[in-house]
Amino acid sequence: MCDQTFLAITFGPCDSCSENRPLMNLYIKTEPINYCSLCMEIMACQGLASGETLKSLKAESETLRKKLEEERKKLHDVELEKVAEKAEALGELNMKTRRTLKGHGNKVLCMDWCKDKRRIVSSSQDGKVIVWDAFTTNKEHAVTMPTTWVMACAYAPSGCAIACGGLDNKCSVYPLSLDKDENLAAKKKSVAMHTNYLSGCTFTNSDMQILTSSGDGTSALWDVESGQLLQSFHGHSADVLTLDLAPSETGNTFVSGGSDKKANVWDLRSGQNVQSFDTHDSDINCVKYYPSGDAFASASDDSTCRLFDLRADREVSIYSKDSIMFGAASVDFSLSGRLLFAGYNDYTINVWDVLKGTRVAILFGHENRVSSLRVSPDGTAFCSGSWDNTLRNKFLFTMTAYPGQRWANCAPPFGTPNHGQM
Amino acid sequence: MTIRTLRDYGQHYRPRMACLKNVEVFVVEMQDPKSGVKGADQKLNVTIIPHVINGQDILAWIVTKMKVTTEEAQAFGTMLVAYGYIYPLQNHRKLVLVPDSTLYRFQTPYFWPVQKWPAEDIDYAIYLARRNIRKKGMLEPYEQQHYDNLHKWMNPKWDFIVMQATEQYKANKERKKPDRVVLDCQERAYWIVHRPPRRTHSAMDYGLDRLIDPNAEEVLTFDVVRRTNIFLTQALMRSAVKSSMSLTAFVKFVTTHHNHDPFLTTPVPSNPWITDSDEFWQLNSRSVDIPTKLSVERWVLSFWELISDPRGRVDFKLFLKKEHSAENMAFYEAAEEMRWGAASAIPEKSQFIFNTFLKPGAPRWINIDGRTMGLTVKGLVVPHRYVLDAAQTHIFLLMKKDTFYRYLKSPVHKDMQKRALVPAPHVFTDAQLEANVRNRNPGVSPILQWQQEEEEKAAAAVAARPIDVKAMVATNKLDRK
Repeated sequence: MCDQTFLAITFGPCDSCSENRPLMNLYIKTEPINYCSLCMEIMACQGLASGETLKSLKAESETLRKKLEEERKKLHDVELEKVAEKAEALGELNMKTRRTLKGHGNKVLCMDWCKDKRRIVSSSQDGKVIVWDAFTTNKEHAVTMPTTWVMACAYAPSGCAIACGGLDNKCSVYPLSLDKDENLAAKKKSVAMHTNYLSGCTFTNSDMQILTSSGDGTSALWDVESGQLLQSFHGHSADVLTLDLAPSETGNTFVSGGSDKKANVWDLRSGQNVQSFDTHDSDINCVKYYPSGDAFASASDDSTCRLFDLRADREVSIYSKDSIMFGAASVDFSLSGRLLFAGYNDYTINVWDVLKGTRVAILFGHENRVSSLRVSPDGTAFCSGSWDNTLRNKFLFTMTAYPGQRWANCAPPFGTPNHGQM
Repeated sequence: MTIRTLRDYGQHYRPRMACLKNVEVFVVEMQDPKSGVKGADQKLNVTIIPHVINGQDILAWIVTKMKVTTEEAQAFGTMLVAYGYIYPLQNHRKLVLVPDSTLYRFQTPYFWPVQKWPAEDIDYAIYLARRNIRKKGMLEPYEQQHYDNLHKWMNPKWDFIVMQATEQYKANKERKKPDRVVLDCQERAYWIVHRPPRRTHSAMDYGLDRLIDPNAEEVLTFDVVRRTNIFLTQALMRSAVKSSMSLTAFVKFVTTHHNHDPFLTTPVPSNPWITDSDEFWQLNSRSVDIPTKLSVERWVLSFWELISDPRGRVDFKLFLKKEHSAENMAFYEAAEEMRWGAASAIPEKSQFIFNTFLKPGAPRWINIDGRTMGLTVKGLVVPHRYVLDAAQTHIFLLMKKDTFYRYLKSPVHKDMQKRALVPAPHVFTDAQLEANVRNRNPGVSPILQWQQEEEEKAAAAVAARPIDVKAMVATNKLDRK
């Protein structure tokens, strides 16, 4: 954990332009230099020097990559399964649907928990964003966005605001109030402006900053009050589909996953891409940090979920099965990091044992793709939002919350939930 | 039968359908005459349809092939039907796998999703027109709607469409009756998948297209390659840790947090979602007097756990107050606020922090080393968001490595450990559970809680302000008579 505090990207005078800016730690042939992001870009876009051709640059790229692989191989002395042998086996898990939240008229695209562990905000394809008290299943606030496909929504840490965005290329923040007749749409504040659809947004440790990711291939950090762009992150060569903020003590990094099959780790202060993982075979739909902040999991259209170790800089585990052929749309860890919940496009949710790499349970019950899945802040339950649309002549969307319960002595049925109708 | 498909689809050819590659391999195996699902001829109305399979056999075959349970096999089977690889003969609109004697057939590869994608509107128009001719105007309501729509939008091409449709209709008539029926079923199944009737969803619906075409080759200009090289050099120089070390850290994390994970250890007194009683949340809230034993155990795990838990932070601050070193925590909190706060508040906050914590002779002066102090003060001339980073890290590490351990040994903490509650697991009777469902507590709105916390913080800030001796003398409070 300490290593992260020494992610020593400082703030100070740039080596080339001497202005006080957040600095990236770069190396020119093992010589450390501190450049600001602008100077780094200038350096990259300089015309070809004499003797340099595109071919020679590509060749250099190859040699560097090979060297990096060698270095990483030297450090790779044991597999996760071996180390996990020491961990005790999990008992059987029996999870049931406890609440079904109905009220969206169309596909539920995204959801987020409030820090009070019981409230949820969810957004759907028809532009509706609803704040629920999942415990009582009451709807507390609702707002209709002027756009369809609201693909990102987030609850502020204080519980006093929500942020959402989608095809309107913007992220809007709505402050919540206790008024019965509040008009949320009137108090809307447009914060982020991208050049293409918004795929993910999250508040940082306060209500004042938002981190967004967009289909235009960039992520950005915004100041809510002024709408100012604080930092932008370039490096994906295709749409950025998902992001997650690190839970570490210093909270300086975040990971983003994109359509270019890469998952990149960024430094919030300087905008530098510090690590990159590209072992997936297809779009990465969701990334989530491990609770300790030293690893993250990703879910992809190639039907696998993978665990990447940040300190060892490699992929350590693949969660896949021959019988799972459809893409995974979202993942989340349980509080201890032992369980990985993943929602798939074949309407099921699979629960994996992170350490041993085996599947612990499979949950049915949704009638369409599971589009988003989050564990509550205290780990007592998880909520999955789906593209459900029942065939019974009612346009219904269900979101179901599954809490944990250990089944003590009997051999349980294979995790089949009863569709707990309220 | 070997089914050769022309296109590659890792990511290519169509968005988000990479999964279909494996599915198709599977379906090919299913159709293998020797080891696949056994089909038979079936009499339907008057005609005999070849290669008909029933739901039970499909399910059994999937179970043995993939070695999964019946439910999973059923879910997978339903996906196969939903994507149109297998189609039901009788109830053609309901695309599910029913594990009994319901009849299905394999869809011809010509109509597989990968082969004929995207399903063009013009093809659909031709199909509907042909159907219209055949049924003499008696289309199903949703088909009629589509037909009308397409007629409106494709008006210019309508002559062509009708011409094609009549040609195909005539050609169809030449065929033998069983072939005709089979082809009709196949085509109908194809269109059910790609143009689902109202109020059903199509498995083909994948959401939005990605902006950047996954088929397009990434153009590697020299600046892109340069950036990659810069990244790789930096990655090489970054030190990584041995796998054994980091992996053991994961296992350790999981083991230490095992008891705190509600999915692995039943929470006491009860999981609010199961029993509908929010006692668990009330006992663990920020303002509770005596915390639970489990919380206290969690605080011991690391300094970060202690201050992440609001109740733990309260306890730690209490300890610091006793030790008269509360300024460290106050500085840390103020620095956090500045760092994550609004950009407009930065100059004001930095000024406040400087005056309260950093200025020589400041009322709550923090003890950091000279170099850090120098850097910070210099940076404060032109304050920016991260100007206090160095000082904040220093203080954090100080608290983590020194104060935290003293806290653990302190009487404040030991006392708390003794007093901590171990709530008994509350087992409700069925009647009580039902009562709980009716009386679900709406709880305190987070907005109210936030307002409360802000008020408390303001009060604490006022209390922590240094006592202005001069002012007190001026108001004669210190005057001793």
